[in-house]
Amino acid sequence: MSPAAEKDYAVQMRGISKYFGAFCALNNVQLSVEKGSIHALLGENGAGKSTLMNILYGLYQADTGEIIINGQRENIKNPNTAIKLGIGMVHQHFMLVEPFTVTQNIMLGMEKTRFGGIMDEAATRVEVQELSQRYGLYIDPDAKVEDISVGMQQRVEILKALYRGAEILILDEPTAVLTPQEIGELIHIMRKLAEDGKTIIIITHKLGEIKQSADYCTIIRRGVYIDTVDVQQVDETQLASMMVGREVKLTVQKEAAHPGPAVLDIQDLTVEDSRGIDRVRKLSLQVHAGEILGIAGIDGNGQKELIEAIMNMVPAKTGKILVQGKEIQNHAPADTLDAGVSTIPEDRHKHGLVLDFTVAENFVIENFKKVPYSSRGILNLKEIRSHADELIEKFDVRPAGCAPNPVRGLSGGNQQKLIIAREVDNNPHVLIAVQPTRGLDVGAIEYVHKALIEARDQGKAVLLVSLELDEIMDVSDRIAVIYNGTIVDILEAAGADENHIGLLMAGGKKE
Amino acid sequence: MFSNILLAVTITFMYAAPLILTALGGVVCERSGVVNIGLEGMMVIGAFAGACVGYYSANPWAGFLAAGLAGGTLAVLHAVASVTFKANQTVSGVALNFIGPGLSLFLCRMFFDGATMSKPVPRQMPKLALGGVFSIDVTFIIAILFTALTWFILYKTKWGLRLRAVGEHPAAADTLGVNVYAVRYAAIILSGMLAGFGGASQSLAVVSLFTPTVISGQGFIAMAAVIFGKWTPHGAFLACIIFAFAQAMVVMLGGGASSISPQLLSMLPYLLTILVLVLFVGKAVAPKANGVPYEKGAR
Amino acid sequence: MKQIEKALRRPITGIFISIFMGLIVGAVVLAIAGYNPVAAYGAMLRGVFSKPKYMVQVLIRCTPLILTGLSISFAFKTGMFNIGAEGQAIIGMVTAVVVGYCVPLPPGIHFIVVAVASMTAAALWGAAVGLLKSRFGIHEVISGIMLNWIALYLNNYMIGMAWLKKPQTEASYEVLESSWIVMLQNWKTSTAGREWLLDGSHPILSDVLIKTDLNYGIFIAIAAAAVIWFILNRTTKGYEMRAVGAGSEAARFAGIRVDRNIVQSLAIAGALAGLAGAIVITGAMPHRITTLTAQPGYGFDGISVALMANTSPLGVIASALLFSGLQYGGSAIQAELGAPSEIINIVIGTIIFFIAMSGAFKMLADYLEKRRGRTDVQ
Repeated sequence: MSPAAEKDYAVQMRGISKYFGAFCALNNVQLSVEKGSIHALLGENGAGKSTLMNILYGLYQADTGEIIINGQRENIKNPNTAIKLGIGMVHQHFMLVEPFTVTQNIMLGMEKTRFGGIMDEAATRVEVQELSQRYGLYIDPDAKVEDISVGMQQRVEILKALYRGAEILILDEPTAVLTPQEIGELIHIMRKLAEDGKTIIIITHKLGEIKQSADYCTIIRRGVYIDTVDVQQVDETQLASMMVGREVKLTVQKEAAHPGPAVLDIQDLTVEDSRGIDRVRKLSLQVHAGEILGIAGIDGNGQKELIEAIMNMVPAKTGKILVQGKEIQNHAPADTLDAGVSTIPEDRHKHGLVLDFTVAENFVIENFKKVPYSSRGILNLKEIRSHADELIEKFDVRPAGCAPNPVRGLSGGNQQKLIIAREVDNNPHVLIAVQPTRGLDVGAIEYVHKALIEARDQGKAVLLVSLELDEIMDVSDRIAVIYNGTIVDILEAAGADENHIGLLMAGGKKE
Repeated sequence: MFSNILLAVTITFMYAAPLILTALGGVVCERSGVVNIGLEGMMVIGAFAGACVGYYSANPWAGFLAAGLAGGTLAVLHAVASVTFKANQTVSGVALNFIGPGLSLFLCRMFFDGATMSKPVPRQMPKLALGGVFSIDVTFIIAILFTALTWFILYKTKWGLRLRAVGEHPAAADTLGVNVYAVRYAAIILSGMLAGFGGASQSLAVVSLFTPTVISGQGFIAMAAVIFGKWTPHGAFLACIIFAFAQAMVVMLGGGASSISPQLLSMLPYLLTILVLVLFVGKAVAPKANGVPYEKGAR
Repeated sequence: MKQIEKALRRPITGIFISIFMGLIVGAVVLAIAGYNPVAAYGAMLRGVFSKPKYMVQVLIRCTPLILTGLSISFAFKTGMFNIGAEGQAIIGMVTAVVVGYCVPLPPGIHFIVVAVASMTAAALWGAAVGLLKSRFGIHEVISGIMLNWIALYLNNYMIGMAWLKKPQTEASYEVLESSWIVMLQNWKTSTAGREWLLDGSHPILSDVLIKTDLNYGIFIAIAAAAVIWFILNRTTKGYEMRAVGAGSEAARFAGIRVDRNIVQSLAIAGALAGLAGAIVITGAMPHRITTLTAQPGYGFDGISVALMANTSPLGVIASALLFSGLQYGGSAIQAELGAPSEIINIVIGTIIFFIAMSGAFKMLADYLEKRRGRTDVQ
């Protein structure tokens, strides 16, 4: 590469390797980003995209390799160095202090002060407003972060970087929590920033967004550099196969559903949160045997409270929940299970598994009191073990023979397989899956989707809650759109229009 | 009657000073996200250092400063364990509650001819006589000043903003270049110093010597005050006044004049602590990252 | 290299390193204070092992500590820090004195009634902490400490009762001999027994039986450890409690009643501490309660015992022996060298401090592994 060409690059990373313990997260990876461009970094979950960017931002140190910023070789030891070099980062999980105001969040670490230490919030506030107007990043500087929308939180994050004079902006999975409309706005903002000479790197695994927004795309697979391409020159299928290393079917294969009678019947359900605010409002919904009903919606529109009410983790304020005609609302959690409702919870680690228990122990967490796993209060370890061995084989949980190992040591995909195996083995009437593929790689996602469809084909009523609209559209037979605690519309999945659903998710009116 | 009220106020303020100073330490520490169950041990070492230096120098102020130094030094151990080595903060605090009194008694025997009690200091921390039985301990005035100062630093300076950010969302602070470890070290050591001052307020003002039981649960009462005061300096201050008032009641009513058993009266501050927590703790929200060791990259 | 890493990851290694570090720090403190650490530790060892009666004294002292250590370990397994074991033990002692003094019963049965009463009272005392936690969200450490002090003043209040207070003392009456569990108590105080023991041909037995209160408590404590191990590892109740301790949210999602388990686990923990109190009263002199100015320490020492055992119910037996050995031997340091016996508290505090930092050993292992991993690749 000639020195003259280097000048055009805002960022060059060469030969980057990074180990976590003995695990090699990045192996000799390179990245070159042109100044003023939007550059996508594509890879599966766990491919090493975020690790690479955390190295660029100084949160980790590379074990080998060099970083060149604007033609200068730099040693980025910590975020402070990165900030001084004009690098800003917007993390996937927002790095915002919730009880602080927007202004306080933006000034943190770079406070304007008088007499050495006393904060001058008013001066910062003025500057923040100037910045926000210049780039069309609307925010309320005095609102507390815990009270503002996710979209505004993201704008605060971008402002935080700009306030620190960022010329190179890293966005980690920026669209994961946004509606299609908000995604459109974000792409508009990114274009505006790029026109202003800023360099933008977005980390993503969504192919459509890359096509819409990026100029170039670098693909990483399992810690290894694959290629950098001009986005105009490739199509989505090519990008996908580079990402996973084989041809992937972008749609889920399934037969038409043969729905039976309604098994789960929710009538006028209202649920309030711990602060006494109604999060589910007079919601009614039926899920039939032999169908997958997908609930589409933006995070925080009552999905969590709805599922928790069905599980009897929180009380129902008004309304009924019937399973096969039997009321289960306001009972104990164990009664939901006994009524034949099994749940694959959203938070595997916190709600689905006891991480320090063995695989075998986790398999019986709902059934340990039942024969043959125990009798008269004494556990039957032999039965528990053979039950685990059986499910491990049947559901292909790896490594084989992991029954006596603590669950903590299993990969995310295998932990999820364990939960699915356990819940499906309950042979429930209703199977609830909340964000069942979050954080999983493509292979595991396929497995989960197949398992849900199989459960459906066995005549179970499947309720799928996901924030990934693509997943809802691919897997469901019917789609219920939730907004502000109520179901605003129910559509047949076949032939549903993504933009229309997006509009409903954002509170738009029915056509 | 009126003089009884004045006496009650005097005693309340006297007992409040050690609690307030220690509770402020608790506020600072927990606001940075570190649970400090070792406050009791830090108070003990402060009480000893205060009495010992106060005795040998015949200057209570020297003793008071030495107490802060001793508490701060002991706190370094907690910082090393809970910040650098990501120890279980509760267990580390328990260890300090052994080391603090153990070291104090060990040194007490060294400096006071094998006795577990120090000799009385020649001069206590001064009191401002305000006529009759009414007087205010200078330690209480120090406690008020420190409360105001802590409040100002927490809410009006950049150091306070950073400390609170570290306690709520350390990763966010880290990505903005705030050194989470340094902030927590500073907060823990500061809390040790404040608890040390608290201990000295007991051994140099409430009484005038160190005994093995001079601190008997005040560190834990101060912890309760932190929670009751919703992790704010002013809230903790008021909570301590309430607890101190209960202790003053023990003294006032236990003087033989009343028919209530002094043993039952002595339970009052402890019962009151539980009662107050039963009534109020549900509404208190702890700093989000409280008790969670921060590990870079473990998000 | 690999073996070192593996060893560093084992909890038991961390415990041994911590004990070693505790002794080192103790030696350094002694040296700074001008005492010869070797002589001091020598005196400590002699203070434990030079005579059978010393060893038996250690055994007697470790009995309640096994039980309080067990109490704290058990609560730890269910995610609770039972710092209130101290107060629960006091309640056990008070109850034992009341029942042991006021309710005359035949030998054997009397102890059983005393033990059951103490365990019940202390279980309620412990359950209160659980209730405050599960109903009102009050941290068990704070309510536990408060209840410790309330128990202490309750102890003193009871001694103030005219029917229990022995005149001219600051203590209660002794419990009736029918409730004692001292080994061979009747025989060794009988004329025949005394003659046999004092005829000079049985020096060890005479030393142990006459000069100590060797009692059956140690067997009760070991049996309790076995029972607790069984409950935790082989019963559905134990499974539930461990699930609540290791992942309370996951347990809740699986239909396990978390609140109820918290209360039950602290009740069992309280019962164990209460049994410790009962054995203190019935097992050894002075068989009574006295007015307390400071906590007697059974519960607090139990914390160290539990931590040194890595909260393993069976490990508690070994760590209680070590703990009481250190403490009993420690008094010999003061007797022989004049060095303050509190040095032992510093040693124990340091041991716990290093156990708290046992993450450091894992970090060291990670570091070694990383270094090795990198050289493997290059």
